[in-house]
Amino acid sequence: MRRAALILLPYSWLFAFFLIPFLIVLKISVSDPALAIPPYTPLLDLSEGWAGVKAFFAGLDFDNFKFLASDNLYWKAYLSSLQIAVTSTFLALCVAYPIAYGMARAPDEWRPTLMMLVILPFWSSFLIRVYSWKAILAQEGLLNQFLLWIGVIDTPLTILNTTTAVYIGIVYTYLPFMILPIYAALDRLDTSLLEAAEDLGCTRLQAFWLVTFPLSRGGIIAGCFLVFIPVMGEFVIPELLGGSGTLMIGKVLWEEFFSNRDWPVASAVAVILLLLLIVPIILYLRNEQKQREAGA
Amino acid sequence: MRRLSWFNATSLTLGFAFLYLPMVILVVYSFNESRLVTVWAGFSTKWYGELLRNEAFLDAAWVTLRVAVVSSTLATILGTAAAYVLIRAGRFPGRTLFSGMMYAPLVMPDVILGLSLLLLFIAIGLDRGMVTIILAHTTFCMAYVAVVVSSRLATFDQSLEEAALDLGCSPWDAFRSVTLPIIAPAVVSGWLLGFTLSLDDLVIASFASGPSSTTLPIKIFSAVRLGVSPEINALSSILIGMVTIGVITFSISSKRSITRRQREENQAN
Repeated sequence: MRRAALILLPYSWLFAFFLIPFLIVLKISVSDPALAIPPYTPLLDLSEGWAGVKAFFAGLDFDNFKFLASDNLYWKAYLSSLQIAVTSTFLALCVAYPIAYGMARAPDEWRPTLMMLVILPFWSSFLIRVYSWKAILAQEGLLNQFLLWIGVIDTPLTILNTTTAVYIGIVYTYLPFMILPIYAALDRLDTSLLEAAEDLGCTRLQAFWLVTFPLSRGGIIAGCFLVFIPVMGEFVIPELLGGSGTLMIGKVLWEEFFSNRDWPVASAVAVILLLLLIVPIILYLRNEQKQREAGA
Repeated sequence: MRRLSWFNATSLTLGFAFLYLPMVILVVYSFNESRLVTVWAGFSTKWYGELLRNEAFLDAAWVTLRVAVVSSTLATILGTAAAYVLIRAGRFPGRTLFSGMMYAPLVMPDVILGLSLLLLFIAIGLDRGMVTIILAHTTFCMAYVAVVVSSRLATFDQSLEEAALDLGCSPWDAFRSVTLPIIAPAVVSGWLLGFTLSLDDLVIASFASGPSSTTLPIKIFSAVRLGVSPEINALSSILIGMVTIGVITFSISSKRSITRRQREENQAN
């Protein structure tokens, strides 16, 4: 009895505030604009019995999806989000790996401090961390001032409001998500394996590629998903650092909803984004489960 | 003791410089006299004064704080229950769906969560305001609480709970007097995580808030969209300072409690 109550409490919450909202998005994505903007026609009118159910199915149409498919803007936005997400995930991996590796090889008494230094930015405001780059990357910003001063460039670079700034912002804000799982994997690694590899004639670089890197694969995969999935729907970074040339689907969804007030199209955009992400999300959850089982 | 190779030392130095320089610059320039944020014109605290006189920011901060306290508390209760169910309750119908729904908000883009919750609130005719922000924040924070708590639940010795049950505790008593004290640090970190996530959230709050209730991130966002401003730098510095103090205090106190527990265990042996 108690057990059932304990299960029901979080279950019904998630049901009401996670699953049902998705079903509504799904429903609105196949509705006509006139029906989907308040005042609503009821989503599903059960008081009319079977007739209500029939009316519900008769009201479905895929015009919004046809519209998305016919308009180039949406294709481009999905593709460019995908490209930005893949590139920035790779960049974040390249930046994060050496840091995680350095942390795992640091003296034991440093490690709690290093861990805290990685976690601290994660606790501070995401919005503020993105914003902090605005003053650095601007035309008259600190990076340009510095580069002019040391004489690398003669004219200031335009970085802010370009896709480059978006890459910098993404790598910067998502870096802790990449460092932590890789560090966790490297930390678990049995260093006697490396000694064995070197005893058997590997150079240190070979030992790294043959032993360390494959054994940290679980952490790398987890980190890549943790960066890739949310970046696909990212809105704040392209809005604050990107320019008119940076097309990302999260921004398109936001504008459809808040500026154009076209709810059915916004819902259809969300449904497709979710369909694109469902495979990586499931793969991520699987990988997590595997890691948990391996750790236990 | 291992020594740091030059390669590792360089990558750590560069890595942490990258992580921290932007924030350090932000804090330094919040003390800048000039309104132009990129030109240093001397030390001044005037932007902090301006900030304290800005009623709109103070109101938004107060709304944000209340939302964060309520939703992180609700999320801690629900998330701890969810973690307990997932780790301890064994099999039950719909368990896969449950764990999927539990962990999905962790990786789901905020725009999708926000949009879907807003459409729900409109469908059931709930006026948008503080209540809807609290409902939305509770939903996405409980996933984080559940992850933190379930990793602690999975690692501690279950036989302690079984012993309490064998000795005649009711399941609730066993939870309260055995399980809860052991997972307490994780529950506290879960609450803190939920609290900061709620304080920080822009996207979900933008969807869930009405015209009457604006949170601080929404206010900051609409200000920084237009460009860099020294008041926002001052506000950001205050927030960064609070987080830094909070995290350092928490990690020192939890380290102390761990060493104390270890000492007690050593004495007991």
